Amino acid sequence: MSEPSSEVVGRILPVVRAPDPVLSRPGATVDPTAPEIVQLAADLVATMRVSPGCVGLAAPQVGVSAKVFCVDVSEHPKTRGHHGTFVLCNAEVVSASRNEKAREGCMSVPDLTGDVKRASRLVVRGQEPGTGAEVVIEAEAFEARALQHEIDHCDGLLFLDRVVGAHALHARKTYL
Amino acid sequence: MTFLAITVLGHDRPGIIAETTGVLAQLGLNIEDSTMTLLRGHFAMMLITGGSADATTVEESLGALTADGSLSVSVREVPAEQVVARGTAYLLSVHGGDRPGIVSTVIAEVAKVGGNITDLTTRLAGELYVLLAEVDLPPAADPAALESALGEVAGGLGVEVSLRALESDDL
Ligand SMILES: [Zn+2]
Repeated sequence: MSEPSSEVVGRILPVVRAPDPVLSRPGATVDPTAPEIVQLAADLVATMRVSPGCVGLAAPQVGVSAKVFCVDVSEHPKTRGHHGTFVLCNAEVVSASRNEKAREGCMSVPDLTGDVKRASRLVVRGQEPGTGAEVVIEAEAFEARALQHEIDHCDGLLFLDRVVGAHALHARKTYL
Repeated sequence: MTFLAITVLGHDRPGIIAETTGVLAQLGLNIEDSTMTLLRGHFAMMLITGGSADATTVEESLGALTADGSLSVSVREVPAEQVVARGTAYLLSVHGGDRPGIVSTVIAEVAKVGGNITDLTTRLAGELYVLLAEVDLPPAADPAALESALGEVAGGLGVEVSLRALESDDL
C-alpha cells in the first residue's frame, strides 16, 4: 500500500480528549476523493507522527466527525507484521477472529488504560484517500488491535465502551 | 470458624500489605477473599479472613499500623455468606463529563429492575468520569428495556452509557 500523497502537506492538529462529545458521535461517511478528505488524511498522519508512541489516529480525535483514520504500528515493540503508514476512509470489519485480551490506551483518554478483547486476525475493507481505491487489509496481532481501535473511534466508541470488566480500567503507569 | 471483615484505609506507602498479611498469618488467619486498590492515591484494602482469632485480638494485633495515625483499621465479625449466582451478568459502562449524581442516577435504574451490582469501579481522570459496574440481572428483567431507560437518564446527564452481556471464554 502506498504512503499518503506527498503533494499535500499535513498540519499538526490538537488532539481532543474525552469527554469531548465529538468522540462519542458516529463519524460521517466521506468521499475519499474530496480535497478536504485528502487534507484531513495528511493532517492525521502529521499529527500521529509528532505524537510519541502514537500508532493510530482517527478524525474524531482531531475534532472532525468523519470515518477517516491513519495507522502506523511499524515502530511499536509489540508489532509483528504490518503495512507501514496508511490511511483508510469508510473502513469496516469484514471478518474478525481469535480474540485476545490486552491493555490499551488512547491519546484522547490520556490518564487511563483498559483491558480490551480484540480480534487478533482481522480483515478490513476501506478506501484510500485521493484515489478512492478500495483496499482490503489483512492484519494480525497489534496492527489488528490498532485498526479495531480506530474503526471504533470512527463509530463514536472509545475503549471505555469495550473493557472486559469492572476492574479492567487502570490509571496509566507508563507513557509510551 | 470465625469470619472477619477487615478494612485498612489511609496514606499509601510500601509495606502495608506485607505488614497486614504478616500479622494475619501469625494469628493463623486464612485470607478467604481480598481486594486492594488506590482510591485517589489513598490505600484501600478489604479482606475476609477465616480462623479462630476474634475481632478484638486481630484489631489489637494490627495496632502498629495505626500508631502514627496515617492508617485506620477496622475488624468485625461477619457471618458466612452463600455465594449464589443470580441471573445473567452484564457490564454497565458510563463515561462523560464529571458532574454530581452520575453514579446515583444511573445505578437507581439498575436497582429499579432488581439488578444486583457485584463489582464497581469509578474513576475521575481530569474532566472525564468513568463508571464500570458488573450487574446481575434477574431472569424477569428485560435488558433491552433497562438499556433504553439507562440511555434516557444518560442523555439527561450528558454521558454515554452501554450495557453488554459479560462473556467468559472457557479455555
Ligand atoms: Zn484512541
